[in-house]
Amino acid sequence: MSEITDTLETTLENPVSGIDQSSGNFKYDMTYDFDAGTGLNERTVDYISSVKKEAPWIHDFRQSALKTFFAKPLPTHWATRDLENINFDKIRYYLSQGQKPKRTWAEVPEDIKRTFERLGIPEQERKFLAGVEAQFDSEAAYSNIKEAVSKQGVIFMNSTEALREHPEIFRKYFGKVIPTGDNKFSALNSAVFSGGSFIYVPPGVKVSHPLQAYFRINAENFGQFERTLIICDEGSELTYMEGCTAPKFSTATLHSAVVELVALKGAKIQYITVQNWSSNVFNLVTKRGLAHEEAEIKWIDCNIGSRLTMKYPGVVLKGRKSRGEVISIALANDGQHQDTGAKMVHAADETTSTVVSKSISVGQGRATYRGVVHIPKNLKGCKNNTECDALLINTNSRTDTYPAITVRGDRHAVQHEASVSKVSAEQIFYMQQRGLTEGQAMSLSVNGFINDLARQFPMEYSVELKRLIDLEMEGSVG
Amino acid sequence: MSSLEIKNLHVSTGDKEIVKGVTLTINSGEIHAVMGPNGTGKSTMAKAIAGHPDYVITQGDVLIDGKSILEKESDERAREGIFLAFQYPSEIPGVSIANFMRAALQARMAEGEEIDASAYYKRLYQKMDLLKIDRKFTSRSVNEGFSGGEKKRSEILQMALLEPKFALMDETDSGLDIDALRIVSDGVNSLRGPNLGILLITHYQRLLSYIVPDHVHVMIEGRIVKSGDKSLALELESRGYDWVKQELATA
Ligand SMILES: Nc1ncnc2c1ncn2[C@@H]1O[C@H](COP(=O)(O)OP(=O)(O)O)[C@@H](O)[C@H]1O
Ligand SMILES: [Mg+2]
Repeated sequence: MSEITDTLETTLENPVSGIDQSSGNFKYDMTYDFDAGTGLNERTVDYISSVKKEAPWIHDFRQSALKTFFAKPLPTHWATRDLENINFDKIRYYLSQGQKPKRTWAEVPEDIKRTFERLGIPEQERKFLAGVEAQFDSEAAYSNIKEAVSKQGVIFMNSTEALREHPEIFRKYFGKVIPTGDNKFSALNSAVFSGGSFIYVPPGVKVSHPLQAYFRINAENFGQFERTLIICDEGSELTYMEGCTAPKFSTATLHSAVVELVALKGAKIQYITVQNWSSNVFNLVTKRGLAHEEAEIKWIDCNIGSRLTMKYPGVVLKGRKSRGEVISIALANDGQHQDTGAKMVHAADETTSTVVSKSISVGQGRATYRGVVHIPKNLKGCKNNTECDALLINTNSRTDTYPAITVRGDRHAVQHEASVSKVSAEQIFYMQQRGLTEGQAMSLSVNGFINDLARQFPMEYSVELKRLIDLEMEGSVG
Repeated sequence: MSSLEIKNLHVSTGDKEIVKGVTLTINSGEIHAVMGPNGTGKSTMAKAIAGHPDYVITQGDVLIDGKSILEKESDERAREGIFLAFQYPSEIPGVSIANFMRAALQARMAEGEEIDASAYYKRLYQKMDLLKIDRKFTSRSVNEGFSGGEKKRSEILQMALLEPKFALMDETDSGLDIDALRIVSDGVNSLRGPNLGILLITHYQRLLSYIVPDHVHVMIEGRIVKSGDKSLALELESRGYDWVKQELATA
């Protein structure tokens, strides 16, 4: 543990300073040893399953998920019709240079290593992380956990390895929080998933530093489908961070992940996402956690970039006194649509859920909030607090709020607040008059708007968030 | 030693011409008061000089040290030394004064240079003490929930920190009680010096007994119709703007 603790102090400074992280918009020309080709059918699934040398049960699981995917219509009766612009026949579903990640950066192929160095990952790992997994297109290129943490019995690896090495835990929880047929994209992920993290934390173990995964898309016309499964056993604690980027292509890129969390009795999971997709990415992700008695699951979800993001992290509050929280920040710049929200399903007495959503729409950017809070009649003593704030920059911006709060019975406390505010031309002029450029002025307004949330975040994360907002706002000035 | 030249300035908003040919030169070290009734175009002139996008300069020029600034964006003008103390300062929710000014100072530094945080805070506190601003203001959001007097003091604090060459102070006295007026005036007087030129906009002479101007100009309906020394302000006080208007009509 001491190795990690010793470096904690230096993390109080900007962990990414001195590293050129100015943009994720770069790519390397790669040749892939494993390529499932373009388009999707049963043979694509066979290929993926065979290169991973999977057990028959998982191969069957995939094939049946593929049928579900084909059978389900796009959810355009409630979601945007932009989904119709995804051409599933033009996408490449599996690209990798091998299925076994390296344990040291020195062994990682040069171009891939350089990619992650430019993104600052090895640096962050040295400074404040308990372990890192770095996924490049379909598979993890690097994966390592600090010895002190693995000695506590913590398992951290990608899903490909976990299926081989820990099938008994994997199979017990996999697909239980988010069933294949939850939605069309969870079915797609269930058919072709590759990579993503598998984590198991034994009872009572409190992992003192975050585990991090970084998902990098490098290839064009590509779909990334990582699958993450995290199980925190009784009384354990974990913070997990994920980051993602892709270069900007003229064609659409698809990212469709499924993330399942299980917090057993009294466990605490904090799941943090820093997403910075380029504006050609369709980002359609299903995330849900299952909280047992007195457990706590907190999603901190920050969505920057992408063409369309649809993501509604949820918590199923299954055990008495369990708690769920979603903190969501979405920045919709020109030409982007952030369709985000939260889903809280109360299924036991005295359960508590909190949702705080802040969205920013710039120019033609569009932000939509969809929230579901479900408290059935037979329960008592449940609480929900939902707050949705929208900030509009430029009059064309659009924001919609669709809260659906179904509360039955009268033994609960539910609160809902919503606000819409605008950054006025007068405000921008005021800041410019002090010497800030228009981009800096907008960035400062946005940072002010999310300030009360950002300061609850871990230091490294709020620094990163601010940097991404600065970049995004700089770029949004014509 | 610098100069701010306003030459035959005409300003419109929409189709309406509001400033109709103002000529005025301010040298560093000088304080020029511009007085005039409400709605006469004083704020419009100040905002146009600062580069507000709603106001179009249709004729004339504004120059710093002989170089026109009209092609520059408002933020560039600010960095060249123009400061506008707003009549109605905007609120910036969630952004503390300390962070706001830090960003403004950072914007003035060369690429790759970082502001020295501890020196900055030292200077910030020193200026706050000077203006009798409570330390708790450092972390409060800019102008949010500030009283009228607090907003004006915060404008002067910003001016003190940014050290402009020319300050356009728009109705800095409005909404201040007598104690606040004294504090603000003391603050401005302490900034007075050979490196700062001030254009002081007011429609009361009251302020001018605290901040004594070198020149006084009367602005009516978009034009400067009379200029003089500080005694002109006193005359206006006793005889009112109607006196100037009548003089104009008979002239
Ligand atoms: N943005 C604007 N749009 C339309 N009219 C304006 C605008 N700003 C000022 N005016 C008009 O210009 C005139 C001068 O206003 P202003 O410059 O604020 O006067 P003063 O500061 O001398 O009181 C007023 O008639 C006012 O209504
Ligand atoms: Mg005015």
